[in-house]
Amino acid sequence: MAQSGWTDKRPMSPHVQVWRWHTTMLGSILHRATGVANYLGLILLAGWLFAAASGPEAYSAFERVASSIPGSVVLFGFTVSILYHAMSGARHLVWDMGHGFNPKLASLLGGLMILLAAVGAGAIWIAAGLAPVSLEAMGG
Amino acid sequence: MSESIRTPLGKVRGLGSAKKGVEHFIAQRATAVALLILTPWILISLIGAVRGGYDGAIAWIGEPINAALILVTIGAGVHHMRIGLQVVIEDYISKTSSKLSLLILNTFISVLVFVAAAVAVLKLAIA
Repeated sequence: MAQSGWTDKRPMSPHVQVWRWHTTMLGSILHRATGVANYLGLILLAGWLFAAASGPEAYSAFERVASSIPGSVVLFGFTVSILYHAMSGARHLVWDMGHGFNPKLASLLGGLMILLAAVGAGAIWIAAGLAPVSLEAMGG
Repeated sequence: MSESIRTPLGKVRGLGSAKKGVEHFIAQRATAVALLILTPWILISLIGAVRGGYDGAIAWIGEPINAALILVTIGAGVHHMRIGLQVVIEDYISKTSSKLSLLILNTFISVLVFVAAAVAVLKLAIA
């Protein structure tokens, strides 16, 4: 305790490791984690706009970094992150109005949102021509 | 009789409600509603814009309706992310000096992101 710098003597709520994991808990943690990730993503979007305004050389430098393997991983992660946070955020608005607290439904929707975020991001990347597979190859 | 239930020591320390809680709560949700409308638009539009390379990008950003909506999206996004990360910092960082430094840094980054985006979009839309 002395090393952590925490001086408040009042009891603390149990730490995350004592809980058995469940879908809504994962969903809550992911909502916060994707929110922080989207912060970085918005910085990238502003960077893309700034590169475009700076001219063709700056833009192609941005494109080069963005289309590299690490760049693609980050951008795909951002696509998943924004889709999840948007769906989860919409559910938070519904929760704010007092609906959707049935545990089974909440868990089902939570799992569905994680799946939809990943599938949706894949669909967006294929449509944008960014994925290694093309629409033609998929018969689309 | 005191009108407040706060202790004299509590008052001297000056902690407690900053009287901004409701404003924060509502702003987080108002920007969320805006972003639920704007995010699908910007994702779909960006697909077309990034496919066209540099020429496609500047043509898309330079269109007045796009320029206006991009800045509204970035504005709502920056406000939403600033007050969202503020809560994350307040939750996890207990040391006052680190907390205040990060809260100020959060504001600086947010302002910088919005100004950079605004300069870029306005340059392409007005030129």
